Amino acid sequence: MDGQTTNLTALEAALMARVTAANDEASLEALRVEALGKQGSVSALMKNLGSMSPEERKEFGPKLNGLKDRVTEALVIKKATVAEAALDRQLQSEAVDVTLPPVRPRLGTIHPVSQVMEELAQIFGEMGFSVEEGPDIETDFNNFTALNFPPNHPARETHDTFFLDAKGEDGARKVLRTHTSPVQVRTMLKQKPPIRMICMGRTFRKDSDATHTPMFHQIEGLVIDETSTMADLKSVLIAAIKAYFEVDDVKLRFRPHHFPFTEPSAEVDVGCDRSGGTIKIGAGSDWLEILGSGMVHPNVLKNCGIDPDKYQGYAFGMGIDRLAMLKYGMPDLRDFFAADTRWLKHYGFSPYLLPGLAQGVG
Amino acid sequence: MKFTLSWLKEHLATDASIDAIVETMTMTGLEVEGVENAGEKLAPFTVARIISAAKHPNADKLQVCQVETALGNLEIVCGAPNARAGLVTAFAPIGTYIPGSGITLEAKPVRGVVSNGMLCSGAELELDTDADGIFELESELKVGTPLAEALGLNDPVIDIEVTPNRPDWLGVAGIARDLAAAGIGKQTTKPVLPVPGRYPSPQKVATEATHACPMFAGRFIRGVKNGPSPAWLQQRLRAIGQKPISTLVDITNLITHDRARPLHVFDASKLSGVVRARMGRDGESFKALNGNVYNVTPAMCVIADDERVLGLGGVIGGEYSGVSETTTDILVECAYFDTTITHQTGRALTLTTDAQYRFARGVDSGFVIPGLELATRMILDLCGGEPSEIMVAGDLPAPPKPIFFDPDRVRQLAGIDVKPTRVRAVLKDLGFETSAEGQGSKRIIVEPPTWRRDVDGPADLVEEVARIEGFDKLPTNAPPRAEGFRPPPASVGESRTRLARRAAASLGYNEAITWSFCSRAQAQAFGGGSEEMLVANPIASDLDCMRPSSLPQLLVAAQRNADRGFDDARLFEAGPAYANTNDTGQHRTLAAIWRARPPRHWRAAPQPDIFDVKRDALTVLEALGAPVASLQTSSEAPAHWRPGRTGALKLGPKVVAYYGEIHPRALKAINVEAPALAFEIFIDALPAPRAKAGRAKPPLEKLDLQPLTRDFAFIVDDGTPAADLVRAAFGADKQLIADVALFDVYRGERMSAGKKSLAIEVTLQPREKTLTDADIEAASAKIVSAVMKATGGMLRG
Repeated sequence: MDGQTTNLTALEAALMARVTAANDEASLEALRVEALGKQGSVSALMKNLGSMSPEERKEFGPKLNGLKDRVTEALVIKKATVAEAALDRQLQSEAVDVTLPPVRPRLGTIHPVSQVMEELAQIFGEMGFSVEEGPDIETDFNNFTALNFPPNHPARETHDTFFLDAKGEDGARKVLRTHTSPVQVRTMLKQKPPIRMICMGRTFRKDSDATHTPMFHQIEGLVIDETSTMADLKSVLIAAIKAYFEVDDVKLRFRPHHFPFTEPSAEVDVGCDRSGGTIKIGAGSDWLEILGSGMVHPNVLKNCGIDPDKYQGYAFGMGIDRLAMLKYGMPDLRDFFAADTRWLKHYGFSPYLLPGLAQGVG
Repeated sequence: MKFTLSWLKEHLATDASIDAIVETMTMTGLEVEGVENAGEKLAPFTVARIISAAKHPNADKLQVCQVETALGNLEIVCGAPNARAGLVTAFAPIGTYIPGSGITLEAKPVRGVVSNGMLCSGAELELDTDADGIFELESELKVGTPLAEALGLNDPVIDIEVTPNRPDWLGVAGIARDLAAAGIGKQTTKPVLPVPGRYPSPQKVATEATHACPMFAGRFIRGVKNGPSPAWLQQRLRAIGQKPISTLVDITNLITHDRARPLHVFDASKLSGVVRARMGRDGESFKALNGNVYNVTPAMCVIADDERVLGLGGVIGGEYSGVSETTTDILVECAYFDTTITHQTGRALTLTTDAQYRFARGVDSGFVIPGLELATRMILDLCGGEPSEIMVAGDLPAPPKPIFFDPDRVRQLAGIDVKPTRVRAVLKDLGFETSAEGQGSKRIIVEPPTWRRDVDGPADLVEEVARIEGFDKLPTNAPPRAEGFRPPPASVGESRTRLARRAAASLGYNEAITWSFCSRAQAQAFGGGSEEMLVANPIASDLDCMRPSSLPQLLVAAQRNADRGFDDARLFEAGPAYANTNDTGQHRTLAAIWRARPPRHWRAAPQPDIFDVKRDALTVLEALGAPVASLQTSSEAPAHWRPGRTGALKLGPKVVAYYGEIHPRALKAINVEAPALAFEIFIDALPAPRAKAGRAKPPLEKLDLQPLTRDFAFIVDDGTPAADLVRAAFGADKQLIADVALFDVYRGERMSAGKKSLAIEVTLQPREKTLTDADIEAASAKIVSAVMKATGGMLRG
């Protein structure tokens, strides 16, 4: 009896020592088979229990079972430890230099003029303006005559017009539109009041210096209904300028002016500060001319088939490139059209920056 | 239009400061371009007298002058040949900034002699362009007098931009009228007093072209003495940049600027027969006062006598009949010329004069005779002589038509509340006659003055009242907000352009905006450049043609960037291309170019090629909502694309995009290095989105049965497009085949010549039951047979 117990103790000690010594999964598995497998040393002892007397079995059985449980547990634990260590070694061996650069897709940019046009579409869209379009190559009628520029009037010369040799239905040479106002004409000719539209696009004048390029962009607004006044015009412009420049304190100054297509006509200055060498919109005591506007001339309404005794409304026009320069700080207009990649990357916008009133137009 | 403050004050009694006057002008609609006070610039300069002038000891061309100055007697070195004892001139002390030369005087020796200041030329003072000698002043001027005062230049010069509708602002009196109405002073323009004629005019005048010259008035004055005009008159003209010529000419120039009333004076001794306005005749010409010879045409109105053309009516006089120092008898012309004919004559001859500018915009038809009387008065005062009776040929145009005006229109149109009495008062101040229409009417009858032919309707009157009341009185109200549902504000084309733009930028391209015009050679190299697309008056010879595509400009821009050392441009432009000059000839495109250079990276990256731009084109098309799965690829392309390396993406017969390489010949024509990858998307070629009843999407079809894949390889002729094979496989069983992916192209040793192997992975999606081996076999057989039929190829063993 004592001899058997002593043997068990020795067996357990020997097995446990081998578990401790084993350092890979294969030797642990071999050990498990040697001790606990069908032919294993512990299993052999278990089989012997059957031939023992009930007393012997009662004493020896629990001891043997205890040994089996402890060896089994030790093997499980050691197996897990060894597996962890093996994984660690494997991962260690597979390490890379994480500082190496990846192949990255390049991100391009949106031109500031496009970005500003989308901002303006947001701002005026929220005020109920639709966006209308017209071609760059226009008839003399749409560009001038319908807008109350009489033929051979000096007012036409203020526009430095580009001509094509091709003639329009009106018999006059076609022009590259000198302003976006012909889109007013097109809209009024195809649509009955109320009209509430903006139009943005390319315009052309034969002029070139630091502040003029032969092609530039304009936004045009037109509202025709039975009641809109110049006060409404002023209110819409104030709201739009505030939203665009993202400032609350904006002063606008309406100055009487003359445009053939509006009566009364006003040029509009925005309050600004020039003291820092740059122009800051909002604060300050200086004025900066930013747009032309007025109440649509009755002759224009008449020319577009709208009864001037019943309908009235206002129109305004602004230079988009100029608005972009004022908000985003580009110093020279000519760079807008030079396609210098340095400029495009520097002043361009991420394609993921979508102008929207929820997240701020700019 | 320039005038001085003192000149304005001859017509306007006011105590207001120059700043307040300028502000009032601005708010009345007179756009002030600038106010220049020459006196400020001349402040350091004073009158000095040369006591003696001796040759410089060390320099032949210099003199050493002893000069009596504001600072006492000084020794000054001077290089001017006209420096001489007794000369009264302009002196600048040490430390003075000389505007004409941009230097500040320092006390340093000139060839060994210290100069204690400087004697200045007109050019150095920026008073004229004379740089050859020092300024010569009237000898009676007192030494030490400020130069500005001595020259009468301490008078601010106001420069205004006059809009074409207000020719009455081309005279100082007209400006004063509006300023007085705006409340900054009282108009004090003196009334014109008629001068009685002493005898019938011996010189007959006539108008034989009443459409061009409705009225021609003339007056003979005998026994005048012409010479330099008095100092005050010269000074007044000089201050506004006019060159004094002689008293008679200066008087006409003064009245031109004072009353916006041009006149002309003829030397009567040069005239023969009747002086008349008539249309020109082919072959006629004359030498004008500016020295140029002009050929006249039947579209121009000339003034002629029985012998010759004397001048162009309302534009410029002729040299032959011009007045001189020896002139004694004169004919003064005061006529009314048609605006359009005067305007066209000026344009045809590219000739703008003070007279032409005013007649083209319209002079006051009520001031023909008064203008002649005013001129007569001044001529008698300054030149003496004896006037004839006035002779008038023709008739004045009718005065402007009266306007029936409801004063409430001011509120209705401008949004400013102005009382009817105030409306009438403002109009009266501006020279309009107003009267009540009569019983039961709120309206008034407004008669515009003869100098306001721009006013022809109620809207014009609203403007008059609103601008005099002040646009700063415009109230503001809450701007309207859109309410309820509105259809999307932008057109489909515009919305698609926005999406395309952002997709292209997210693929690494930088958006550029380039001119709508290019050179004709560039246009021709890219399929355009027809006669129809030429700009008649281009700003530069290389911008003379509407572009057929933005590709040439993008390619040229990329080359420009490369020449600067940035040789990796990826540019796009979402803008117009022009096929013809009709409304439908302009279409929206997104063109992109990729100047692909070999990539260098530690993980080997493939050289970008046609399939990279194909990917980008497809990605952009997908982003803008094109049915990408329905696109067909063909290899046809216009001549500026490289054959064999260009594809066209088509929807039915319509090409929606080209992609590939630009033809080396086209690149050479625009001086751009090859190769260049590009794609061009024709946004307007895409079909309009189908109108749908709602926004709801169809329900998701989520099948429980797992898809399975099978691979096939086919041997086909080398020229067989892969797309044909893929399409055939797709079509083999439309119910079952969910996807066909081409994953291998093999040409080589194991292929016979002229053949290639194309391998595809076909995804089968069972819908109702799991596929049996027999089902799969059947599907495979269909695929193989469809491909073989379509391509003539065979299954690879």
